[in-house]
Amino acid sequence: MLLLLLQGLNGLQLGILLFLVAAGLTLVFGVMDFINLAHGVQYMLGAYLAAFFASLTGSFWLALLFALPSALAFGLLLEWLVFRHLYDRDHLSQVLATFGVILFLNEGVKALWGSAPLQVPMPALLSGGFEIMPGLQYPIYRIAILGAGLATAGLLWLVVERTKVGMLVRAGATNAPMVAALGVDIRRLFMGVFGFGAMLAGFAGVMAAPILSVEPGMGDNLLILAFVVIVIGGIGSIRGAFLAALMVGLIETLGKSLMPDLMRLFMDPSSARQTGAALASMLIYIAMAAILAVRPAGLFPVRAA
Amino acid sequence: MRRDLPAIAFLLLLAMAPFIGFGEGHQLTLLARSMIFGIGAVSLALLVGGAGLASLGHAAMLGFGAYAVVVLDDAGITSMAIVLPVAMLAAAGFALLTGVIAIRTSGVHFIMITLAFGQMAYFTAASLSAYGGDDGYTLYGRTEVFGTRLLENRLAFHYVCLGALTFTWGLCRLLLASRFGRVLRAARENELRVQAVGFSPYPYRLVAYVIAGALGGLAGVLLANSAEFIAPSYLSWQRSGELLFMVILGGLGGLHGAMIGALVFMGLEEWLPHLLGEHWRLVFGPLLILSVLFLRGGLVGLPASLRGIGRG
Repeated sequence: MLLLLLQGLNGLQLGILLFLVAAGLTLVFGVMDFINLAHGVQYMLGAYLAAFFASLTGSFWLALLFALPSALAFGLLLEWLVFRHLYDRDHLSQVLATFGVILFLNEGVKALWGSAPLQVPMPALLSGGFEIMPGLQYPIYRIAILGAGLATAGLLWLVVERTKVGMLVRAGATNAPMVAALGVDIRRLFMGVFGFGAMLAGFAGVMAAPILSVEPGMGDNLLILAFVVIVIGGIGSIRGAFLAALMVGLIETLGKSLMPDLMRLFMDPSSARQTGAALASMLIYIAMAAILAVRPAGLFPVRAA
Repeated sequence: MRRDLPAIAFLLLLAMAPFIGFGEGHQLTLLARSMIFGIGAVSLALLVGGAGLASLGHAAMLGFGAYAVVVLDDAGITSMAIVLPVAMLAAAGFALLTGVIAIRTSGVHFIMITLAFGQMAYFTAASLSAYGGDDGYTLYGRTEVFGTRLLENRLAFHYVCLGALTFTWGLCRLLLASRFGRVLRAARENELRVQAVGFSPYPYRLVAYVIAGALGGLAGVLLANSAEFIAPSYLSWQRSGELLFMVILGGLGGLHGAMIGALVFMGLEEWLPHLLGEHWRLVFGPLLILSVLFLRGGLVGLPASLRGIGRG
């Protein structure tokens, strides 16, 4: 029971990180119909920038302060250099060109910082444990991630649902040509969405840096999970991305800890461990295939038919 | 017939390659690998170019073929007469099972769902601890052909791969030219109109998907024999991405594009590290981006684009 609670919290925390990455991805995908495989490297860049500024300034908070605008600037630079030339191309070209960006940036951080994982010190204010139950400690930092992520999600919801810019973004996700025809500069809107999404992914990277090892390619696996999230949630839907991210985070984490035990009911311990681990890794893909088989446009489709 | 000239010329060049300065061991190995990935790429081009189905899980088909070799090898069965049909059937079976669901979707969702199935195959392979799990499995002998170790001979293996590539290209070419292929291509252009004249695209696409899967299995058998080592990384989504890239780099104008794309890709992957050292991907990545931005028709479309520039 205790284990379930802890793993549930860990799952929520993975879900929150996933949401921060998936939010930008789903908006970019929804508004401009642009598949950006390189969104995962924005997350990696966030983590590397945090490591870089933390070693420079010695403070996590200063690193956070510097890393966010740098991530934003980098996202805008990539948009200007590469992505803007791909908007009117087919999905396949976008997938391949952004695949090239991944190769370049993964190798780039390897050339600059080496392939050994970097460590980012945890801020003193947030280190230590928090007693959620008598005798049960949970790291404060992980709770802080949950809080910061939920606050960001709330803020994002406010912006998207309650402001004029948000209205344009939602309208763009539903029918972009119509919004452009109404006189909105959709390219500038998109650049804004793009930079903002890159910053959110970078923010997730900064927050993850102290608890994960910062290494080249760390964004790739998260990217695939984020794609699963936006496809399950419905492309372009922030609400869908939020629910799907929490779902995927929980399934992934709980599956990894519970599946081997579950399998032990049917088979001997050693093969149960392996089959369980394999099944656990597959669970989210099974969930995605099942959801797509029933609802081909995801849980909360926004695109006008 | 005229349209096939580039492909036939390319295959003939490959046939002559060992005698015109590419006969050394490592060159033959590289050529064999290029032809093997060429088989994978041509079968994928049948889907992407022919049916408009961009699969991001095609490496799983090669993986099924390769792991069939491994499983049978572990059981002591190394005869090609058994290994090849089993491998192709296994890959085709996986394609059928996953295709039934995947073909229901289209566009981006098809890309994502094939990716999901590919990942399932990848994680399954990684959990096969009897066959090395994550660390992979080393084959101590290549598959036997009629009881002989024919495939151990590099030159013989070169021509086996060339034969398989020619077979794959010919089969896909015939399929695309047939009535079956016409329905596929028509459905790619306009699904609604195809339905209006009385065809349901679904079974046609499914059959194409299964055939591409079986051909991927063929490539997998040769891949296992060429590397004499198989690891789950052969099934990773990055491999599927590379296969797609070979197809697009070559160009969708004809099936020979995929063969040329595979050769150029493998060549770059081999030579760039020699040329540029450890961080060769710093050049390879931008090359990839530039080729997508400026080589719209792929490599096979290059002469036409250059002529266009020449005319002003």
